[in-house]
Amino acid sequence: MISFILIIITSLFFGGIIIRTKSITSGRKGPGIFQPIKDIIRLLKKGSVYSKTTSFIFQIAPSIYITSVIMAIMIIPFGGYKGIISFKGDFVFFAYVLGVGKFFNIISALDTGSSFEGMGASREALFSMFAEPAFFILMGSLTLLTGHTSFQQIFASLHFGSYISYILGVLATFVLVMITMVENSRMPIDDPTTHLELTMIHEVMILDNSGFDLGMILYATNLKFAMYGALIANLFMGTFPLYLTIPIFFGMQMLFAIAIGLLESFTARFRMNHNAQYILALSSVSLLIFLGVLLILGQFS
Amino acid sequence: MSYISIGNNETIRISAIPELSYSSFLEFNVSSMIKANSSHCVNYFGYPYKGKIKLICCIANDDLHTINISSSIVDSQAQLPSFTKHNLAFEKYEREIHENFGTQYVDHPWLKPVRFPFNRFNKSLRVADYPFFKIESEELHEVGVGPIHAGIIEPGHFRFICNGEQILHLEIQLGYQHRGIERLFLERKKLLQRTTLAENIAGDSVASHGVAFVNLWESLCNYHADRDLQLARTIALELERIAIHTGDLSAMCTDVGYQLGSAVFGRLRTPVINYFQKWCGNRLAKGLIRAGKNNYPLTEALMGELTQLLDDYEKDFEEIAEEQFSLPSVLARFEKTGVVTAEQAAMIGTVGMSARMSGIKRDIRSSHPHDLYYELQHQPVIKKQGDVYSRARMRKKEINQSIEYVRELIQDIPMGKHRIGLSGYPAPDSFAISLVEGWRGEICHCAVTDEIGELVHYKIKDPSFHNWLATALAVRNNEISDFPICNKSFDLSYCGHDL
Repeated sequence: MISFILIIITSLFFGGIIIRTKSITSGRKGPGIFQPIKDIIRLLKKGSVYSKTTSFIFQIAPSIYITSVIMAIMIIPFGGYKGIISFKGDFVFFAYVLGVGKFFNIISALDTGSSFEGMGASREALFSMFAEPAFFILMGSLTLLTGHTSFQQIFASLHFGSYISYILGVLATFVLVMITMVENSRMPIDDPTTHLELTMIHEVMILDNSGFDLGMILYATNLKFAMYGALIANLFMGTFPLYLTIPIFFGMQMLFAIAIGLLESFTARFRMNHNAQYILALSSVSLLIFLGVLLILGQFS
Repeated sequence: MSYISIGNNETIRISAIPELSYSSFLEFNVSSMIKANSSHCVNYFGYPYKGKIKLICCIANDDLHTINISSSIVDSQAQLPSFTKHNLAFEKYEREIHENFGTQYVDHPWLKPVRFPFNRFNKSLRVADYPFFKIESEELHEVGVGPIHAGIIEPGHFRFICNGEQILHLEIQLGYQHRGIERLFLERKKLLQRTTLAENIAGDSVASHGVAFVNLWESLCNYHADRDLQLARTIALELERIAIHTGDLSAMCTDVGYQLGSAVFGRLRTPVINYFQKWCGNRLAKGLIRAGKNNYPLTEALMGELTQLLDDYEKDFEEIAEEQFSLPSVLARFEKTGVVTAEQAAMIGTVGMSARMSGIKRDIRSSHPHDLYYELQHQPVIKKQGDVYSRARMRKKEINQSIEYVRELIQDIPMGKHRIGLSGYPAPDSFAISLVEGWRGEICHCAVTDEIGELVHYKIKDPSFHNWLATALAVRNNEISDFPICNKSFDLSYCGHDL
């Protein structure tokens, strides 16, 4: 429960911090950190417009998308505290409940019949597919290391002791950060600020959504950021008491948002055909983690 | 002689242009274009003449610094063999003659109107039925972009044929912006009206088109501009080049998602265009270039500000350019993207930056100098690869060059005299041509006058007219997501093409 509430709070300013960081690095003052959420509230007050060529799929997809994200958030634990839902193997449920949301997002984009949205849908499907092995190899390794299969137990019993496990922690953070960038269609995979449909991935899929629906989709993106941030924070919280873990949590989230802002300010995005290679490379980093775990467990004798 | 050879900004009697039979007209012009890299067609157009059409073809020879003019008279409904069959550089010109007069070219590879203006010859052709190139296949798909631009700039329709993410073919259909500029030149009789028309051909080339017009007009009126007028024009052209090139570098950074470059180059462009505001009261330099006078004479104070501006500009510009051109993620996007080979560039007759980036030395500032370019001894910046990187790098080098030129020019400013401007009529029965190297490339204005010196035809050619085809070739076999960066690296004008 506590993680759910904290993630919701974080989602209110996460996007704002990224935008503010980018503004400052480009020499502008930038909007306040609550501006994105204010925009979303404005959108939520509006009605939606539906194209005549779309079917009911297009209308239900945004709700399913945000619901899937909220369900995934319920699974996230907070240090030693369980999430609202917690059971053995819940990280598989976590990945595929997000998958359901993404699936509806993709078919709703195809539903519009626009050539742009079809293009975006195929890109998003491809890149998510490539990101999946990285996540599962990472979680599988952590499961092997701790002997547990639920998020809460994994994070509660994960302790960094030896030098190798520090390296594992760094690598796991890297993989999770990059998965976040892929899943949220941010730089260097996708450029959320571009106005050019031909280069977009996620943005082009939601071109036809408006008003309330668009508000939900945008808010789901913010929630996803906060969710992955919470996952990363969990790697470092261990079983410290709450008065330590809550500041650690917010500290990690802010650091994460600022890091994204800096990354987006000082690099150019990848060429589209390099994305697939890049995302696949994440799987090899995960494999490194797997090897490290085998080393710790003394499987090589 | 089958042609008359003249220099830039020269006026001749229309009767001095040899009139050839169409077959020898074709043979002469095609054969003079064989040495592709040193001569190119700067303008080829027709105008109604005693119930028939008079075709005038102007081929510039870059080595001899001349322009060879020849003409021919044909029936408007005649079935003619095309120049295009022999040289693809004529393709757009013949399609335009076809659009205006309905001339049928029997062996033109693909005859269709360039644009669909209100006064087109064949009113039954509509832009909605435009015959796009098609490939029948189950695997391929078409993506249509526009005519409404995502960034709401100007209208143009882009039809891609793609194999997955890869572009096989791109066809660009423009003409949505047609305003009838050339006809307005004939209808508006006052010099001021015509000057403002010229300034409004393309908003990013105000000085370039303005200079092309006033040079042409002064030549027609046999007026020789004094040094202070020429100086102001040259400085305006170079400042415009600096401003627009900087803006383009910013936009190219935006298209690859490089925020720092986008912000810094964007910031650097502003003081340059703001300088125009101080100088003449308009950020785009509207009102600055006038035939036979200069309403905003250069003063010591203005020059001091300009020196200061360039010093400040150069320091920051070098720093960000250094940063940008050494950043691996930017280079990865720029290099080997959107390549136009030297053969392609020569074949389609590109001009300006689009020619120089593929190793073709084509620059009016050195081949047909006007105003003070005689003194500057301009050496064009040439790049070989023809990719986005070449075009970005060329902009950087040209900016450096322009800064040097402006510094050199403001060493010595002659005192401006008070003038009342040009009055009187242009020479009767004459033909005049004016070439200007704008920041985008070569701009050509041609005028033909009647027996009382009134315009009977005014022809404008913006570099975009040729170069859009280069964009279409550049994106072939590239990814569709790289189209925006390819397009921006050319930065062609829609309204300059549509007129």
